[in-house]
Amino acid sequence: MSIAKPDAYKNSTRQKALIATGIIGLFVLVLSLFNFESFSALTLTASLTLIVVSICGFAADRYLSKPAGIKNNGVWFKSISSKGFYGWLTGLVLTLFYIVLYFYPHFLGLGGKGKANSGLVAFFDPLSQLLNGNPASQWFVYGTLYTIAILAFGYKFLLKYRHNRYERLRTYSVMFFQLAFAFLIPEFMARLNSDSFSLPYYDLKNIWPLNYYNFEQYRVDSFISAGDIGLALLIFGVVSIFVITPILTYKYGKRWYCSWVCGCGGLAETAGDPFRHLSDKRQMAWKIERWVIHSVLVFVVLMTTAVIHSYLGDDTSTYWLTKGTFLIMVTGFLSLIFILTMVFKRHELGKDARYGAIGYVVIITALIGMHYFSGSNLFLFEAETLRSTYGFLIGAIFSGVIGTGFYPIFGSRVWCRFGCPMAAILGFQQRLFSRFRITTNGGQCISCGNCSTYCEMGIDVRAYAQKGENIVRSSCVGCGICSAVCPRGVLKLENNSIKGRINPNEILLGNDVDLMDLVNQK
Amino acid sequence: MEHVVIIGNGISGVTAARHIRKLSDKKITLVSAESDFFFSRTALMYIYMGHMSFENTKPYEDWFWKKNRINLKKGFVNQINTSSKTLHFSDGDTITYDKLIIATGSKPNKFGWPGQDLNGVQGLYSKQDLENLEVYAPDNKTCKRAVIVGGGLIGVELAEMLHSRDIPVTFLVRESSFWNGVLPKGESAMINREIQRNGIDLRLSSSLKEILSDDKGKVKAIVIKETNEEIPCDFVGLTAGVTPNISFLKNSGIQINKGVLVNRYLETNMTDVYAIGDCAEQRDPIGNRKTIEAVWYTGRMMGETIAQTICGNRIPYKPGHWFNSAKFFDIEYQTYGWVHGKKGKPDYEQHFHWIHKDDNKCITIAYHKDTQIFLGINTFGVRLRHDICDKWLTEKRTTDYVVQHLKQANFDPEFYTHYESDIQKAYQNTFQTIES
Repeated sequence: MSIAKPDAYKNSTRQKALIATGIIGLFVLVLSLFNFESFSALTLTASLTLIVVSICGFAADRYLSKPAGIKNNGVWFKSISSKGFYGWLTGLVLTLFYIVLYFYPHFLGLGGKGKANSGLVAFFDPLSQLLNGNPASQWFVYGTLYTIAILAFGYKFLLKYRHNRYERLRTYSVMFFQLAFAFLIPEFMARLNSDSFSLPYYDLKNIWPLNYYNFEQYRVDSFISAGDIGLALLIFGVVSIFVITPILTYKYGKRWYCSWVCGCGGLAETAGDPFRHLSDKRQMAWKIERWVIHSVLVFVVLMTTAVIHSYLGDDTSTYWLTKGTFLIMVTGFLSLIFILTMVFKRHELGKDARYGAIGYVVIITALIGMHYFSGSNLFLFEAETLRSTYGFLIGAIFSGVIGTGFYPIFGSRVWCRFGCPMAAILGFQQRLFSRFRITTNGGQCISCGNCSTYCEMGIDVRAYAQKGENIVRSSCVGCGICSAVCPRGVLKLENNSIKGRINPNEILLGNDVDLMDLVNQK
Repeated sequence: MEHVVIIGNGISGVTAARHIRKLSDKKITLVSAESDFFFSRTALMYIYMGHMSFENTKPYEDWFWKKNRINLKKGFVNQINTSSKTLHFSDGDTITYDKLIIATGSKPNKFGWPGQDLNGVQGLYSKQDLENLEVYAPDNKTCKRAVIVGGGLIGVELAEMLHSRDIPVTFLVRESSFWNGVLPKGESAMINREIQRNGIDLRLSSSLKEILSDDKGKVKAIVIKETNEEIPCDFVGLTAGVTPNISFLKNSGIQINKGVLVNRYLETNMTDVYAIGDCAEQRDPIGNRKTIEAVWYTGRMMGETIAQTICGNRIPYKPGHWFNSAKFFDIEYQTYGWVHGKKGKPDYEQHFHWIHKDDNKCITIAYHKDTQIFLGINTFGVRLRHDICDKWLTEKRTTDYVVQHLKQANFDPEFYTHYESDIQKAYQNTFQTIES
């Protein structure tokens, strides 16, 4: 159906002026690459202020002029949010930015090796000096812009969903965790560092395996040499994935992390919100998603095991945790998870999921076995090769370039859906062992499809809702937008007892009870 | 192999096809002149407003039909021969059937207004209606004003749609208050205000006299009957209800009245011919229900029922407790059981009404004045759990019980403000006043 873009969706003069304000702010950042002497801390402040004013002003103009409620008017007509010219342009610019950021930071002016910064990185030196007492790095620049994006677009999101308390609280939460945990606290921690005391940069909410480098040798050494505080942080890193995460996911589903705390999720939910409907809804995409995300998880487990294994010793008298003990622990843990799942949750897994799980276990055991019997490298490759490959392929290309650069093309949660190993772990638990579900309200669904359209994870929510079936899916990040956009009050995110959580039966109320019994006879 | 042919690929026909496939290996053909694949017409408004693409409105991907061996046939049936069991298409094509299900839905009502067939005058029901709307009301330059005639659910949706493109809308409602045949007074009044808050020129107690044409056969104005006021406009939306889309059945021998007449088994007077959904008319009403129910949910239920019958398990259509829902601009509406407006309210039915001071939330509970038994509930701006309300109706709970346990039924998103204690207080005050 051909539908032209109506004038109603053109920006007003005031909105154009506000957009121009932001472009000027961004342009100043670009200009800084050319090392103008006159650029000062004041210029930086002005530039960032213009960007924030632009985003917040635009949001206020757009949303406060209308009554509160779901206002997705024109989403599919606007070039930026419907893969039009501006959508592709934004995607291209973001992608190039990520490539430069990850692989050519000297283009941004990163000095390195004792050299002073220049260009954009030097432009951020004053702010960095103020916060952590050191010159900026490309990551400081990125972190600052990332935080500004979450805060400013978070404000936009707050206005857009000002009638919805769940959305508001969730957004305050991601804004807080980004500003405090990801940005300020690590910078202040860096201030504590001295010649005799040094902590690695640590965003406490960034949990392994999303934070895939958390247990690398330099960090572990650094934690241990920093005494009690360092040791506490190291223990916190282990406890957060093995204890805190399972408890919270059991109680609230993976949303406690993915759409309330996580930085990647935070960006997707704020700056990425205008692109959520672009996620691929086809069943094929779901099939690909399941293989890719679990393969990334296996990869990160192998890589981390190999890395830790590489720096452990062989002598039990020096330290109790030796290479051998560590491998036995890893194998034991993985086997335990596998056996428990197969014994208790077998019937909840699809055929392909069972094959996949068995396949992965066979591969891991075979690799460890080969290592024992032939003395080859653990997992065939040098730990360093695995580490750098993972960092390049997953850490940079997948999560950065594709994950964020392609927001306007593939939607805002590509990384979270297809790549994030943390999401894979949380999702595995959410699917099998959690109180969280999206409840479907009896027979009220009219199959309109707003829920599926606006699901950033590409879940076909409607397929469940129109059958009266609750939605229990690994990938659901609990953003709550399906429930918000539903015009008939059909969906509710809930934590409740595990019994009756999954109802594979058709329970479309309003029907005759006898008929429903018949429909459910398989 | 038995060949089941279904005319109409809306929710009724598609549900029937899916369930017949689940239950049997019969050959299934789904006929439609409207679209190649099933889409949700409930979402047409969201395409116009830019919330969804047409692709988004299709509940099943295009490969679904082949995989489930449901043949799709695009064509318009203009004649049925029940003795040779043959369908004749407008392009001359024919197919034969063993069992025929008529699920052709509705078309917008036209009450013989002068000018009702002019260009730029239409209802909002089909995909073609949406395409025409794009022609006559794409923006506020082509369409400087639109007039909507008929205050029902489609009318208010059309008003919201046009408003989303900044097209000024005049909304003619024949009744003295929006949809007050169905909604109790307090609710209807609140929706009047919601429509006006959204900048719609709402004209109550106003009906259409005639539609005036320009020299090219396109609408240029309408005249209001009560005041003879002439309102210039470029588009007229006719939303005064729908009527079964069955004119092609004349002379087929299949008995029709307003709709295709069926018994409780959804069987017509002809053997092996059934009718479901909007186009079916019950010979005798079921409970408080109308004989023709043009509602998404009932279409789906009839589709499930007929599939059982066709597959050898003949069962009657037995809908459970009535329920429905809608959305008026930003206010969601749900109803469970029977809460009557002006039309058809039984003497024994009494109401308890609560409205929030923000004027965007209210509820009405209907009960039997002698027994206090809960008959139904309407909610605006508050979501309720279908299963709990359904259970209360089945268990014939009293109003006291319902009001006391209202919290159990709340289905609003987490962290939303709850109003149960407000409602309970208001309820107690009302009944103390009555008793004293």
